[in-house]
Amino acid sequence: MEVILFLQDNWREMLQLTWEHLQLVGLAVGVAILTGVPFGIYIAQRESLANLVMAVAGIIMTIPSIALFGIMIPILSLIGQGIGFLPAFLALVLYSQLPIIRNTYIAIKNVNPEMRDAAIGMGMTAWERLTKVEIPLALPVIMAGVRTAVVLTIGIGAIAAYIGAGGLGEYIARGISTSYTTMVQAGALAVSILALAIDFLLGRIQKRLSSQTAKTS
Amino acid sequence: MIRFQQVTKIYESANKTVKAVNNITFQVEEGQICVFLGPSGCGKTTLLRMVNRLIPITSGTIEVNGKEIHSLDPIALRRSIGYVIQQTGLFPNMTIEENICVVPNLLGWDRVKMKKRYNELMEMMGLNPDEYRKRYPWELSGGQQQRIGVARALAADPPVMLMDEPFGALDPIIRERIQNEFLRIQKDVKKTILFVSHDLDEAIKLGDTIALFRSGELMQHGTPDEILSQPKNEFVAEFVGSERALKRLSLFTMRDLVSRLNPADRKSAGKRDLRHTVHMDTNLRTALSVLLSSPTGEAAVVDDNGQISGVVSIADFERLTGIHPSERTSAVQ
Repeated sequence: MEVILFLQDNWREMLQLTWEHLQLVGLAVGVAILTGVPFGIYIAQRESLANLVMAVAGIIMTIPSIALFGIMIPILSLIGQGIGFLPAFLALVLYSQLPIIRNTYIAIKNVNPEMRDAAIGMGMTAWERLTKVEIPLALPVIMAGVRTAVVLTIGIGAIAAYIGAGGLGEYIARGISTSYTTMVQAGALAVSILALAIDFLLGRIQKRLSSQTAKTS
Repeated sequence: MIRFQQVTKIYESANKTVKAVNNITFQVEEGQICVFLGPSGCGKTTLLRMVNRLIPITSGTIEVNGKEIHSLDPIALRRSIGYVIQQTGLFPNMTIEENICVVPNLLGWDRVKMKKRYNELMEMMGLNPDEYRKRYPWELSGGQQQRIGVARALAADPPVMLMDEPFGALDPIIRERIQNEFLRIQKDVKKTILFVSHDLDEAIKLGDTIALFRSGELMQHGTPDEILSQPKNEFVAEFVGSERALKRLSLFTMRDLVSRLNPADRKSAGKRDLRHTVHMDTNLRTALSVLLSSPTGEAAVVDDNGQISGVVSIADFERLTGIHPSERTSAVQ
């Protein structure tokens, strides 16, 4: 009940924080896609590299987010960006790498070998094969990785408020430090709803992509 | 023309070497279908895939229309050879039109030319071009997909086609229908075709010649009739089986038999029981089956105009001994 009253009084600020949160997550995942997808495709052609890359990406995932932010601060202080948007953004990009690289790698690896055979046999170059056949066929699984990354970073993004990156984590951080439970609840609720909503939206897009490509028989 | 000369493929692993294809030499004439036949693991698919360089050759040479394939760029080589695989290999992310136009697209044809070619091919396959243009492969039946697969291989009008068990996954009725259509199309396009199969009946039906393999070696290369009537060795005889005399009958039609009967022996229809009839173009295997089911062992022969031109009996089949396929008067459809 109190939460609803809180939201009634603060919805403007809430929208502002949601927008900040989305910007942080959107930018981070956007950059993660631009780096992770090509990287995933690349290691799908180089089996020996794949295990190493997966291991490194896996290790990054195991670093607690609060610790990763802590590590970022002294490093980025060298360029005067120790706290705020940049360290949060970089941390989220790193966290997004594993689901995106892994799904891209698996998706490309799992393209039906007959499709690959047909593509090569018909005289496609490696690049043509990738762009005309393999990537379109892999798209639904790559999309699933992006979805995981988005939900993951929406959650982790909430902690970024501790290093002054803004977003819905503000309410949680501020609420805890002032022992204002309602504020914490409102922040947590908003983060959850945001994650669910975005996940649902991306799920729809993923479904649309699959309906065109996944039905092979 | 495709010429194989001492073609060998050796797979080497840590502790052993396997000769998948061993010193094979033969050639396939232009415009002919050569069926690669044999049990699985006999090297037939390996040999086929060496022609468009999907598998590198260990030693020997393969010439396609006078050019050694290793003197050509592999990408250009593959674009000049039609390729059909089992389960069609249609790309599920592309519409039927996009699938058929894959190679023309790679070759950079303009839109108008591609569209024209698509319409042409679909009509050749007996499918309505506009109905299927925007549809996806999964919306089509297995038989239709297979037709699209063949159409796609024909798209850039390559002189040579490689077909790897293209009809293997279809049910027998559809398979037979598609085989017939395939032969009809081949009559017009006259491609040089290498066709992998493990089905003897299919090989007899489609092949101008059959190349029979066992563990990487060429056992015999000859016309279906040669393979059936003069097997070179134990393996071939065993592979074609004890039914080979019957299978051989399917290579001839009633017309061949009638033309071989002495006019004096010809029985006129007279007042016989003529409920059992065979058409001039019926193959002799089917005709024999009709004769066997006739109580008198006789059947009336019907010509193209639907007129009864005579009567045949089981005894007439002995005329066929020693007949050579080059003496056939008509081709089996």
